[in-house]
Amino acid sequence: MTPRPVIYRKAANQLLNLLAVASICIALGGMGWILYTVICNGAPVINWEFITSPSKPHGEPGAGVANALLGTLIMTIGATVMAVPPALAGGIYLAEFGKNSKFADMLRFCANVMMGVPSILIGLFVYALIVIPSGNFSGMAGTIALAIIMFPVIMRITEDVLLMVPDTLRESALALGMSRMRTTLDIVARSARNGLATGILLSLARVSGETAPLLFTALFADTWPGSFFSEPTASAPVLITEYTTNSPFESMHAMGWGAALVMAGFILIINIVTRCLFHENQH
Amino acid sequence: MQHTDTLFRTICQAGAVLALLLIAGIFGQLCIHSADAWQHFGLPFLWGSNWDPAVDDYGALPHLLGTLLTTLISLLLAVPLSFAVALLITETPDWLNRPLSHCVDLLAAIPSVIYGMWGLFVLVPLMQDYVQPFLSETLGLIYLPGGAWLLGEDGFGCGFGFLSAGVILALMVLPYMCAVMRDVFRMTPPMLRESAYGLGCTRLEVTRDVVVRYGIRGIIGGIFIGMGRALGETMAVLFVIGNLMENPAGLYSCGTTIAATLANNFAEATGLQQSALFALGLVLLLLSFGIQLITRYYLSLTASKRGEKH
Repeated sequence: MTPRPVIYRKAANQLLNLLAVASICIALGGMGWILYTVICNGAPVINWEFITSPSKPHGEPGAGVANALLGTLIMTIGATVMAVPPALAGGIYLAEFGKNSKFADMLRFCANVMMGVPSILIGLFVYALIVIPSGNFSGMAGTIALAIIMFPVIMRITEDVLLMVPDTLRESALALGMSRMRTTLDIVARSARNGLATGILLSLARVSGETAPLLFTALFADTWPGSFFSEPTASAPVLITEYTTNSPFESMHAMGWGAALVMAGFILIINIVTRCLFHENQH
Repeated sequence: MQHTDTLFRTICQAGAVLALLLIAGIFGQLCIHSADAWQHFGLPFLWGSNWDPAVDDYGALPHLLGTLLTTLISLLLAVPLSFAVALLITETPDWLNRPLSHCVDLLAAIPSVIYGMWGLFVLVPLMQDYVQPFLSETLGLIYLPGGAWLLGEDGFGCGFGFLSAGVILALMVLPYMCAVMRDVFRMTPPMLRESAYGLGCTRLEVTRDVVVRYGIRGIIGGIFIGMGRALGETMAVLFVIGNLMENPAGLYSCGTTIAATLANNFAEATGLQQSALFALGLVLLLLSFGIQLITRYYLSLTASKRGEKH
């Protein structure tokens, strides 16, 4: 085999470097561009009235997005409350009891598959499960849809975080005569609590921006969230969708951008703060 | 004490079994509610290309093809990008690679509806005014053989359509693929890499002949993760795809995907149309299930090396 000239190899290598730098510029530039657009378009419409008044049909003065923000908050927190206990339990089972069992392997696989299920199908599932039998769209249905999306994510994060706890810690606790339950809850889970908190907060931020599963479960309403179990409930992502795709009016688009800015700010702040906190705790 | 431990174990097991029940429930519900459509149309539903609520005739082909086409475009764009980004992140010094990987991770945190808005108000006009004319006129793709087939009859688009959707999807799946590839690149034993450098290899050669060879299965797994994401993404696609229920006629043409069709039509659908939409959902579920199977197979081959503990 005749060796290729060095100049050719060096040139090819430089090309790769160039490509790598260009790629990261595209990726980060894309993100910067999106955030820049959201800030530029959203910032002018944000004022006190916008954040505190409920949404109104086009043309009425004093419209805001407060009902959608409140709806998102209620549904996200509801979903967290609903999803976290079973997800933690499931994660504990996978990490503490299911290391070498076929059954646990299968459950782990199910959780992985669930994480890959498109979120709109979760919406369909909840529609069939809740909306059809109960006969109406409700905030409850939306909350359940979000909880189903959160569940496998938190379960797998719990497992991963618990597995990072060294086995010596478990063995010491058990050798002191603690029961398995006390060991898991007081020793293992406690030493892994930063990781658990990060996981829960990140997936909370994630589902707060989910739109697809809410489209035909919580639907949308121009009113404050009223009856949680029987009325459609507004949410910020669905409001954005409604205002931008179904409305020809500039003012509605502007309000959509405003809601997008509030939401993006909320999600990015949660992300950055949790990542920083967790990062500090690691060292 | 024995009893509380048993109880604790049972409770935990119940939590984990919930995952199985939910998956089974999703399959079950979609099957039950799509039964009407399958009974009415049978398997030809899959390659029927009509969607007409007036005469109750439905077919899945345009949606299916649209889904596959947008996924394909996004992968073609995102695979090289995320490969290069992951490579750069693993090769840069620590002080730089940490913020860089956090930034890339933040891409995944932006809600898809914001991607969609950006696509609708920024990307679509941009595609229409600059990118599409550039591709067809300046680069002359339209005059090449097959160009008309690739770009559509006249080579001019309205900005909406498969290409725009693919571009947005590429940006959205990049962080997921990048995260897996990053782990895969990190798992290459430093010894192997250093020896290759020691022999005088350039970075390109080390990457091609050592890193990629060593982690090819993980890379494939990462690509399939991105594919699963792109397949089921709803909102971003819905905003820019154009929502036209016809078979794709080139990259610039408007169309629809399964997820976009569901989001657009489901709330108003009744009777057979609703059942047909459930059937579309079932098709999407089976697709993403198949992709998950492949993903898990490839990722499990490299799981222990990447530091994932099972």
